Amino acid sequence: MKQMRKKSNGRLQKAHIHLGVNGEQVEVAFAPHKTLLEVLREDLGLTGTKHGCELGECGCCAVLVDGKPVLSCLALGVALEGHEVTTVEGMAQGTQLHPLQQTFAELGAAQCGYCTPGILLTAKVLLEKVPRPSRDEIKEALAGNICRCTGYIKIYEAVELAAARMAGEPAEPAKESIYGWE
Amino acid sequence: MAGSKGAGKNGFKVIGKPFHKVDAKVKVTGELKYADDLVLPRMLHTKLLRSTVPHARIVKIDPSRAEAYPGVKAVLLGKDLPITYGALPVSEDEHALAIDRVRMVGDPVAAIAAVDEDVATEALDLIEVEYEALRTITSIQDAYTITEPRIHQYGELGNIHRRQVYEFGNVEAGFADADFVREDITFYEGSTHLALEQHASLAQFSHDGKLTLWTSTQDMHYLHRHLAKVLGLPGSHIRVIAMPNGGGFGGKCDPFNHEIIVSKLAMITGRPVKICLTREEVFYAHRGRHPVLMSTKTGFKKDGSITAMHHRTILDGGAYGGHGVASTFYTGILQTTTHNVPHYKFEAVRVFTNKAPCGPKRGHGTPQPRWAQEIQLDKIADQLKLDPAEMRKQHAIPPNSITANWIRIGTLALGECIDKVVKGSGWKDKFRKLPYGKGIGIACSAYMTGTQTPIYYNKLPHSGVQLKLDRSGGVCVYCGSVEIGQGSDSILAYIVAEVLGIDPFDIRVVTGDTDLTPVDLGSYSSRVTLMTGNAAIQAAERARDILRQAVSEKLGVPGSRLSFADRRVFDTENPEKGMTFVEAVWLAEEKFGTLGTTGSYKPPAAPGKYKGATIGPSPAFTCTASVAEVDVNPETGIVTVPRVWIAHDIGRAINPVLVVGQIEGCVYMGLGEALMEEMTYRGNRNMVHKFPSFLEYKSPTTLEMCDVVTYLVESSDPNGPFGAKEAGQGPQLPVPPAIANAVYDAVGVRIDEIPITPDKVLKAIRAKAKGQEGRYGPTVFPTCEMPEPIIVKTPFEGGDGKAVEREPALSRK
Repeated sequence: MKQMRKKSNGRLQKAHIHLGVNGEQVEVAFAPHKTLLEVLREDLGLTGTKHGCELGECGCCAVLVDGKPVLSCLALGVALEGHEVTTVEGMAQGTQLHPLQQTFAELGAAQCGYCTPGILLTAKVLLEKVPRPSRDEIKEALAGNICRCTGYIKIYEAVELAAARMAGEPAEPAKESIYGWE
Repeated sequence: MAGSKGAGKNGFKVIGKPFHKVDAKVKVTGELKYADDLVLPRMLHTKLLRSTVPHARIVKIDPSRAEAYPGVKAVLLGKDLPITYGALPVSEDEHALAIDRVRMVGDPVAAIAAVDEDVATEALDLIEVEYEALRTITSIQDAYTITEPRIHQYGELGNIHRRQVYEFGNVEAGFADADFVREDITFYEGSTHLALEQHASLAQFSHDGKLTLWTSTQDMHYLHRHLAKVLGLPGSHIRVIAMPNGGGFGGKCDPFNHEIIVSKLAMITGRPVKICLTREEVFYAHRGRHPVLMSTKTGFKKDGSITAMHHRTILDGGAYGGHGVASTFYTGILQTTTHNVPHYKFEAVRVFTNKAPCGPKRGHGTPQPRWAQEIQLDKIADQLKLDPAEMRKQHAIPPNSITANWIRIGTLALGECIDKVVKGSGWKDKFRKLPYGKGIGIACSAYMTGTQTPIYYNKLPHSGVQLKLDRSGGVCVYCGSVEIGQGSDSILAYIVAEVLGIDPFDIRVVTGDTDLTPVDLGSYSSRVTLMTGNAAIQAAERARDILRQAVSEKLGVPGSRLSFADRRVFDTENPEKGMTFVEAVWLAEEKFGTLGTTGSYKPPAAPGKYKGATIGPSPAFTCTASVAEVDVNPETGIVTVPRVWIAHDIGRAINPVLVVGQIEGCVYMGLGEALMEEMTYRGNRNMVHKFPSFLEYKSPTTLEMCDVVTYLVESSDPNGPFGAKEAGQGPQLPVPPAIANAVYDAVGVRIDEIPITPDKVLKAIRAKAKGQEGRYGPTVFPTCEMPEPIIVKTPFEGGDGKAVEREPALSRK
């Protein structure tokens, strides 16, 4: 880490780093104590990443660093020099939604939508590692992401549906997921 | 099958179909802005200095060092905002900043606006506050016994905020008529909403004298009124924009001190001012589930019919009134809405304590008494050796009845809901037949679809919708409702699309903006779909009539023969003959000029006429039946819930996938309250929250959440838009009691206290093993002096809905 120098008002000089964000190289300067969450939201304007606790407890702020889920509220911005960060804004390809985004929309897996970015990114990594996860594997992968609206059920169903479609199956939601049981 | 009814048979094109929400795509891409995502140039940041003591006089407060700190632009103290406010007109007992007294840890005493959050935080330490401690009121017991100091100078007496007593019919006569009478004392611990989004607000005061507040509120309209009062600005100069809420659950209904504070700071500094509460601050903002101690005395016959019920509740309200008076009513008024109760007495007390104030959380005041009633019904069935599912079905109140306390019930398919979960769960093969440690339990409930009365008295509409149609064919729906994740924006689009025969995604929905949208009272009380939906139908039908007239004239087809569907207006008898919707709008604008319509909705009057009769009545009631299956480890006391079956009478599912989602969310929140969620304080009279963090406040993760089997029952209520009733709150109610009843089925002990934590289960199992009562729960119900009851004759007794006149009081002679 570069040595931090104090300015005349006693505050630390801004840190200045280069990193990849959603496939683009960016250069950003910020107060050196800022978390990655703050840098993304406040200095890069990427407010799709949310915060619910800022203590690493709720999973809202999960982003991918070099492809792995990281709680951005626990990562220091200055530690990101040279790394590649993916946020929810980087999931869609142009106007083409990621299959997970599509199924989350279809099944109402995003109610208030606030926990959704963190869950989408965590689920994306799961599907990259385990293309057809079992229900238990999905639960395990998402155990660090709290959702207070959905009871998680629609989230599991959306992950399963996206997994099926990514495997090339023309899958549709189960009738019971949509209409309830008979 | 239930869901498909709306999809096909009735010829609906939109209603009953599983469209995605109108805001689904902006939510999954991170595009949607919530309050804390907003940034304005020159924006200042606010931090609040909060009380570290639970009850004290402020002897001295000196902000001078903070004021001089570089980067600080303004410091606000209580004296700068002297006007009180509060959610209900009967308890406007809050100051935005404490003036001379703090009543809880977390009460704000000063606010700082500074160039950034760091400076604001540093400057907080420079404000000197000297407190003189007052005796702390920690509990219901304290509030009953410590009359001085009083937390508030208003209220009934000492630290008792509110007492109310009603007797509908004659409970003593009902008890005399019973084969058995039993009384159960139960306790339901408080819990908090724990919405993921922390409350945030941004205020801007322009040089034209107009204030704008962007905020995470569920009840924009009421907030607008409170701001006008406290800030001394005309309402017409205040614009409140309710941003989409990152979860509400009732936690963003009250007008909050931070909303007032940033508004005032914006007025002082002339710069935009923002605040976002920390998670710890959100715990203290609270307004969540009241802890309620209950005594339910019920007379019943051998067939499980109830002859009378005397239900008493005591609510630990915390430091302020908030919605508490309404909560107090709700701890009793819906006890008559499932099992027939011919005579009913209801006594309730709310006390003030030096804790975070309680208020409305999903189900507002009704999950606690519903739990008490449903676990008692389970005990009654057990005592009578009846099947609790059959007993409930046999005595379920019929649709279109008026209860003993004068609540008119419309459609109510409770029997059908019970049948669904009994069949689906395999109840008959499991109940009392599973091996030790495994159990199954059932419970039912009913809930309001909006209240009949607004929070402040008025005769105005509860919901208004405006429609704008323009020559592009564009339709814009304006409504003051607030999207909190439940899908209220989408409901407006679906309904207008259905009536006008267009695609819901052709419509633009503008909601939650007091400048742009007509008043809707807010996202509370499960009122939104019914009330905004009815207003939207009216506005859309008026627009359709205008288009019909223009098209009829042009085509020479009688208006009554025109259909609106598939983005066309056409002759029903000759569908080829017609025009596009866009052409129809053009034509109508040519004929009538600029197009716009309005719709409004006001609930029907309630049959009860006694004082207090306005709380409880609703245009429509839903009902729910739920069966829970549990595994109880008798060695550890840990309860897990593998699966819940739940059937909900939704009236009609305007969008089934959203209804199923609401029900699953209700099961989740019910499970959390049943097993783990607790809003509790350290036991040293300092009244510091035990665990104001996501990590330690236990809530269900994916690993605790159960499977859910949902059934939708559609009774199509005449008061609901297309027959629809609520889904967001009612389905939570039967879940905790179904789990408690299943625990008894599993290990034969009664846990009469929520949450059902392992220590309680173990204590009850051990007590039973020692030959003592296999029960954990309160045994004493404290009493205080109560006023004479308001006596009302029931409909069954030929009453007229009014209170029985008493002998004239001496003073009036």
